[in-house]
Amino acid sequence: MSRAPLTASASPPLAPPAGAILAGRRRDRVGSWPLLDRLAFGLCWAVGVGLCVVTLAMVGFMLVKGVSYLSLSLLVTHPNAAPDQARSGGILDPIEGTLLLTAIGIAIAAPLGVAVAVWLSEHKRPAWLARAVESSIEMIAGAPSVLLAFFGLILFARPALAFLSQTSAGGSVFGKSFLTAGAIMSLIALPLVVASTREALTQIPSHAREASYALGKTKVTTIRRVLLPSVRSNIASGMTLGMGRIIGDTAIVVILLGATLRLEGAGATPLLSTLRGTGVTLTSYVLSNSPAGEGNAHEKAYAAAFVLLVLVLVLNVLALRFGSAGTNGGGRWWRRLAWTR
Amino acid sequence: MFESSNAPRSSGSPSGGSGARLRLFGGGAAAAERRGELALGAVAVGVLAVIGAMAVTVLVKGWPSFAHNGLAWFGSGGDVTSQLGAMINGPKTPGHYVYHFRAWPLIWGTLLTTGMAVLLGMIVSIFAAVFIVEFAPSRVRAVIDPVIRLLAGVPSVVYGLIGILAIAPWVEHNLISRERKRSVEYVVQLTGANVSVATLILTLMIVPIMVAIVVSALETVPRSWIEGSAALGVNRWRTTWRVSLRTVRPAIVAAAVLATARALGEAIMLAMVSGGVPFAPNPLDGTTFFFEPVRTLASTIIAYIDSVEVVPVGQTLYAIGAVLLFSCGLLSLASWAAKQPMKRYGIRA
Repeated sequence: MSRAPLTASASPPLAPPAGAILAGRRRDRVGSWPLLDRLAFGLCWAVGVGLCVVTLAMVGFMLVKGVSYLSLSLLVTHPNAAPDQARSGGILDPIEGTLLLTAIGIAIAAPLGVAVAVWLSEHKRPAWLARAVESSIEMIAGAPSVLLAFFGLILFARPALAFLSQTSAGGSVFGKSFLTAGAIMSLIALPLVVASTREALTQIPSHAREASYALGKTKVTTIRRVLLPSVRSNIASGMTLGMGRIIGDTAIVVILLGATLRLEGAGATPLLSTLRGTGVTLTSYVLSNSPAGEGNAHEKAYAAAFVLLVLVLVLNVLALRFGSAGTNGGGRWWRRLAWTR
Repeated sequence: MFESSNAPRSSGSPSGGSGARLRLFGGGAAAAERRGELALGAVAVGVLAVIGAMAVTVLVKGWPSFAHNGLAWFGSGGDVTSQLGAMINGPKTPGHYVYHFRAWPLIWGTLLTTGMAVLLGMIVSIFAAVFIVEFAPSRVRAVIDPVIRLLAGVPSVVYGLIGILAIAPWVEHNLISRERKRSVEYVVQLTGANVSVATLILTLMIVPIMVAIVVSALETVPRSWIEGSAALGVNRWRTTWRVSLRTVRPAIVAAAVLATARALGEAIMLAMVSGGVPFAPNPLDGTTFFFEPVRTLASTIIAYIDSVEVVPVGQTLYAIGAVLLFSCGLLSLASWAAKQPMKRYGIRA
């Protein structure tokens, strides 16, 4: 209370404050606010700190559970169907499944997403089509993954697409495989890749393009040599976000990958059989070992969930690095452009 | 260089000669241009086609369920579990399928969890966003930014696992008294997996999206408006409340709409912690209401996915999917409409 006039007189009365808000901040003591405002201020702090505490508690809880149930042997042994947790094996197959599915998903989503983003920001002709594509991408970003998986189940059961999965003796196409699940997974990663690529492309000033045209470069060359290299880190950050979404998705795995216990190959060719076969990922493993699934093996579920959380954390850190590279790179691509070509 | 290496091949062809090649190349620049645009456009249209096909397929597949039940599909009556059971055990010949289905308990469960979570999430996220933008010292902000991002990245199955293995047992042992359980035991079994636990976890899942949208909107509020308010001697909270939050109202609506879409589609976490019983909790039950189990539309799809090969069950599930898709389409339209006023200020949400 006694401080407020002190600081006010401390500031020289002749020199007007540079930023009104800064000067205001110095005099604007929370203690002098009305009760309701002080309550609101306290609530803001409580919510902010509360969110941090809840998150830390959650991560800490998973860390304790994960460390106590995870062992190296768990990571390198195949799962088994066994009634008790001591003999139900490890989580090697779920880890492999997660990595494989993420790789397939992002391998499809990245080129598609970049192509769509480039078309949306550089060509955008005809306008109605661009708007339709835009809103459909937006819609897919909001659509539940259960629905996408459901659609995949119908789509990939067509005889024409039988080569992606297995065909039963009766001639009906199974529709569930790494390839089909990966294709649908790419759809949920697509909006993230498109959004971050497009965002970066629209931020490139038009004179960069015009300079390239003035040098006699075609539009294709401009896109390939000027625009895409300068948004590389944004593409990477979009891809990381997309991978995070693929890793965390359960519904598509349950519906389109079969959520079996192991990776079940289909056919004799080594790699192709896995790709066309059903499998399991960490998310579906956690689900089936939780009380909600059939397994009901808490320790295994906690261990797998911990590995999953670590993967997500790593991706988060990566996205953060790419993301900051993207914002700092605002001036960098400029310089690169000036010096290289 | 390329010309010389290509020479033997081109001399073999009837058109031959480097002149022809050169002309081809000269015409090719424009052609390549067009090809590039066409290829990129084709990819974009392909994505559009896939998404359009999805909407049509799900609707067409689910139509028989709607056609047999009419508008009563959305009404109440009977038990969803036994209705789906009747479909599974019913006749397997086309024309004799059982289609009787009343989805109200599922719709009510979805509305309840989504509505409460969005309402709660809106309050939390507005205060959290104001805290992040206005009050948090930079050191606190360095912590809370990644925390929000991490919350958004945690897979729903991990939320579900924590919910069902840690929170639900605690709630069951500490908050639900034996008398309360006995009072309704002939109607429904009360467990730790219930509507309030599901709503709380769902809130935690949608808060990061809403915070992100509101924060990015708050940061674009013109600084002069805030300074104008501060210059009139209005304190920081009042300024935020009266100027900044007013300005970003459309963004708050957009955040709520997006969060609703996310909450509607959440299947796995809700399948794990909502109790899994298609019971419509009655708000007139007093406090017991908060401990009653629910099942949402999306988690029903997950629960019955093994029976999707049974034709009527599959068609019913597709009908549920069509309802979800329709709601999500409406929501994305609503978020587009909500964002329009922001454009006036040049603010992108």
